[in-house]
Amino acid sequence: MIAGILQYEFLQNAFLTGIIIGVIAPLIGVFIVVRRLSLIADALSHVTLAGIAASLLLEKKFIGLSGLNPLYMGMVFSVTGSLFIEKLRAVYKHYQELAIPIILSGGIGLGAIFISLADGFNTDLFSYLFGSVSAVSRADLWTIMLISIFVIAMIILLYKELFLLSFDEEHAKASGIAAKSIHFIFIVMVALVIAASMRIVGILLVSSLMTLPVAASIRIAKGFKQTIFYSVLFGETSVLGGLMLSYYLDLAPGGTIVIIAVLILILTILIKKLTVKAAV
Amino acid sequence: MILIFEAVFKITAGFLGDKMENQLRTIIEIEQVSYRYEKEDVLEDINLTIHEGAFLGIVGPNGSGKSTLLKLVLGLLKTQKGEIRLFGQEISRFKDWHKIGFVSQKANSFNTGFPATVYEVVSSGLTRKLGLFKFMKREHHTKVMEAINSVGLLAFKDRNIGELSGGQQQRVFIARALVSDPKLLILDEPTVGVDAQNVQSFYEMLDELNKKLGITLLLVTHDIGTISDKVTHVACLNKHLHFHGKTEEFEQLKMDEMSEYYGHDVHILTHNHDHHHHHHGGTEQ
Repeated sequence: MIAGILQYEFLQNAFLTGIIIGVIAPLIGVFIVVRRLSLIADALSHVTLAGIAASLLLEKKFIGLSGLNPLYMGMVFSVTGSLFIEKLRAVYKHYQELAIPIILSGGIGLGAIFISLADGFNTDLFSYLFGSVSAVSRADLWTIMLISIFVIAMIILLYKELFLLSFDEEHAKASGIAAKSIHFIFIVMVALVIAASMRIVGILLVSSLMTLPVAASIRIAKGFKQTIFYSVLFGETSVLGGLMLSYYLDLAPGGTIVIIAVLILILTILIKKLTVKAAV
Repeated sequence: MILIFEAVFKITAGFLGDKMENQLRTIIEIEQVSYRYEKEDVLEDINLTIHEGAFLGIVGPNGSGKSTLLKLVLGLLKTQKGEIRLFGQEISRFKDWHKIGFVSQKANSFNTGFPATVYEVVSSGLTRKLGLFKFMKREHHTKVMEAINSVGLLAFKDRNIGELSGGQQQRVFIARALVSDPKLLILDEPTVGVDAQNVQSFYEMLDELNKKLGITLLLVTHDIGTISDKVTHVACLNKHLHFHGKTEEFEQLKMDEMSEYYGHDVHILTHNHDHHHHHHGGTEQ
């Protein structure tokens, strides 16, 4: 495998991308989970699908656009979707979770229309749904690297504001920090990370890479920084383990990554149970 | 004869007290403030002054306008009528919000599964003071430790906040408010969710903050029974301000009202103010 990575560019791309999203997806995921916004990631990933379908459709209909990278259109849709969610959450103040099914079904609906216009499924789209090792291009890698630099820098710079907003939104607003702007930056980051991750894990499984490592981490971590640390550790383990297994056993990488994340989650629950019993 | 003597005594004492208070800095001045939501008057013509070092309890039943008054003082609602000054400055021009710490009633309805240590939660109280893109330095870490220490939770600083009892959690929120060095601490129903046996030590802690650190305290509650022997001043609110004065005077008022209903010489057993015995002794002679 190491030889393969050294030899083939597509494997290099896949592994480097994997290492990056293994960090940024759980990192932003921690904030998503503690703010109880897990489903937003799901909604946005389906909107991203619509963007990708739109891009593939344009590519097919207009030969001149064949160089169009679906990642960009996916990003545009995802960020637009995140803005719509915020708008809807403000409209339905007492039913904020309504925003999620509205955006989610809107995204799938739009995606389905674009796909049918393009005369059905092709293998390219399939790789977007479930992830692919061979799909990541050098250009994708650079884009994903830029996104990750932006996301990591923002989380470091806005750490204390994001923490306060997550822990106690009411207090954050009362204490006079720019809660609205920070939340806006946050939701745009979520949209970008989803677009970045979908190549490897696939649209249908993106949200699990953001939530499963965090779910495991919360079981055993002391404090917020430790929760972040374990989440990234578990995320990275799942991604690298999943990529290797899928390479050797010829499985879909997205599925393998997610199943490893699920196994880690079960393991932490069991460990926690055992240690609690031992303490008693 | 005795009655006249007592009246004179009360007036003189009140006069001297007022004179002393005027020399202290005023922290909050509320002048002729009224507030109404759409059709309903919530507050009418409220006048209230809080001096430095006071421990004022505002008491009132549910719906008496307590929360509205708090929101006005915290600048979360705009004054419609009247004027509020904080630290001598008109509230609309007031900028030093870090001087005011607020522990809301909702503090004890937070997500208890949140993975944050006591230390991390208390640190978050510095967010506004530090400002955007700034990081905590050594002096800030010292501050956080001091705040945790002053609420007596040093041994718990690395515990997740969800593992603590209701009373301890409330202390964490007070520490979070203390960490930015407030001169005034406002507490909204702070003992809701604190079990009865810990309420006493909770008030002892507040008393220490008030006396040792010199923090002015404003506490809002619907339960007069628990606070009357803890605070230095009491204000009774029910749309209007019915009483505002020193606790001893309030106790006397309570006694007088009781006497009206039940005759004379009624003892209220829940408090133990020396002053009170003074007054009471006077009537018995």
